[in-house]
Amino acid sequence: MNDILNSDLRGRIDTWLERFPAEHRRSAVLGALREVQKEYGHLTPDRMDAVADYLGLPAVQVYEVGSFYTGFKHQPVGRHTVAVCTNISCWLRGGEEILAHIEKSLGIRAGESTRDGRIYLKCEEECLAGCCGAPMMQVDHVYHENLTLEKIDKILGALS
Amino acid sequence: MIQHHNQMCFATLEHPEPWSLKAYESVGGYRVWKKILAKRPPRRDLIEQIKSSGLRGRGGAGFPTGVKWGFMPDCDESYLVCNADESEPGTCKDRDILRFNPHALIEGMAIACYAIGAGTGYAYLREEFGDEPYRRFREALREAYGNGMLGPDIQGSGITVYLHDTLGAGAYICGEETALLESLEGKKGFPRFKPPFPANYGLWGRPTTVNNVETLALVPGILREEPGWQVGTEKSRGTRCFSVSGHVSRPGNHELPLGIPFADLLELCGGVWKNRELKAVIPGGSSVPVLPAKTMMELDMDFESLAEAGSLLGSGAVVVMDETTDMVRVLQRISRFYFQESCGQCTPCREGTGWLYRVLTRIVEGRGEEQDLEILEKVPGRIEGHTICALGDAAAWPVQGMLRHFRDEFEHYIRYGKSPVSPA
Repeated sequence: MNDILNSDLRGRIDTWLERFPAEHRRSAVLGALREVQKEYGHLTPDRMDAVADYLGLPAVQVYEVGSFYTGFKHQPVGRHTVAVCTNISCWLRGGEEILAHIEKSLGIRAGESTRDGRIYLKCEEECLAGCCGAPMMQVDHVYHENLTLEKIDKILGALS
Repeated sequence: MIQHHNQMCFATLEHPEPWSLKAYESVGGYRVWKKILAKRPPRRDLIEQIKSSGLRGRGGAGFPTGVKWGFMPDCDESYLVCNADESEPGTCKDRDILRFNPHALIEGMAIACYAIGAGTGYAYLREEFGDEPYRRFREALREAYGNGMLGPDIQGSGITVYLHDTLGAGAYICGEETALLESLEGKKGFPRFKPPFPANYGLWGRPTTVNNVETLALVPGILREEPGWQVGTEKSRGTRCFSVSGHVSRPGNHELPLGIPFADLLELCGGVWKNRELKAVIPGGSSVPVLPAKTMMELDMDFESLAEAGSLLGSGAVVVMDETTDMVRVLQRISRFYFQESCGQCTPCREGTGWLYRVLTRIVEGRGEEQDLEILEKVPGRIEGHTICALGDAAAWPVQGMLRHFRDEFEHYIRYGKSPVSPA
């Protein structure tokens, strides 16, 4: 466990524990998994076990959270996560064309990563609450709104 | 035409740094909270004030906020939770409140904590807000603590209020209040049976009030008796943040008096884009039934008018569609979302949303059969009212609305394998 949760990572998990009463360590599961994912890029059973150990929970309580939420990744993905909204407000203003353009220019489908490990194109079903700036996408949770194909090429080209 | 614009939640918008404490104080921010700290009024007095203000929840259901607060018993341990898991398709107002006026939310949360007798409040932001909205809210929290507005025994008042920020991890269902509480407890977001309601059995089994961002951000201004609140209709009081998106020239969030004519709202957003005709509007987020142009152009934007017209004000998200819109594909996209986001706990929703999406996909792909219309008519009724939470209803209503007003487009698709609408 100590190999996986180094002291820095434990400190970051502790900041989530501090938000909740001491007897409710389970509440820190989402935060802890997020910190672990930030550190390693994705979750594995070993990493979830380490979180369960640290929080004093049965492993299954961590697995069920790790598998329920779409924010958690279970295999290696590209360094930058790109999420294109195609929900109703974006769909009405060309969200699907934006997604098709990105798939074509990166040579991957939604849900895949580029072979150079640069970009992960998330399969996004949810609305990202950028409806008035449609069509929009997020790159590592940073909003890019009122997209055009030229704008996208520029944004994606600038990612290292 | 429209006199009062962005008077309450967005009152700081004209300031160069609208999110700062300085900007918030310049519009009267924290005055109410400081008065409470100095005078310690009976908490029930505040609840009565909110009741008589007519404030109704801005998350979607429109439940009277003061009444909700009034359900909270006197006890040692209770909680306030702010629902900042904004994800109803079309809705993007809470994100802008977090970005541009986070202190209004913080003061609103502090006041609400006091009024319901809670010592701790949690703001649960969706994970996708993790960059700018979260940073702005955290920074504002730090400012509020740093200026002695929060913490133990605040300014020697004997009042203790701790506010914390938390993040979700990607799940529409966590916007449902009991699923949100499960998520805050570190579990998957499965909604709970109600009753018991959160005011009796909430976070960690303790009495809890869950309020939307906009609702809480309105509270300080209401208690300051801002003239901006003295608008609206008898049953729909005050302002509303409308997120106008889709086929308008200038989409945007506009905080306006409840009850303004839709035609005025449309005009404010530059009208329908590209000089096209209006076809239909989803007036309260993707979950509510669509209404045709003719109805909308005669309608006022308040709780009662929309309910009478067979829809809902919902989250205040107004999705505008022009004459080139293929309504069958709109419904297919909406149904895909509910299929994807159903948590899977209740069979009618888990299975029914899949049926709807698959049948609609078949129709869109030109493989529709006569019986499909019958399926689209029957399935929503078997989901609606048969599930633990309202996601089932939210999946059913858009289908019912579309068939009510645009049935001919579905028939055409099934008969000829394509839309009757010429694409743009």
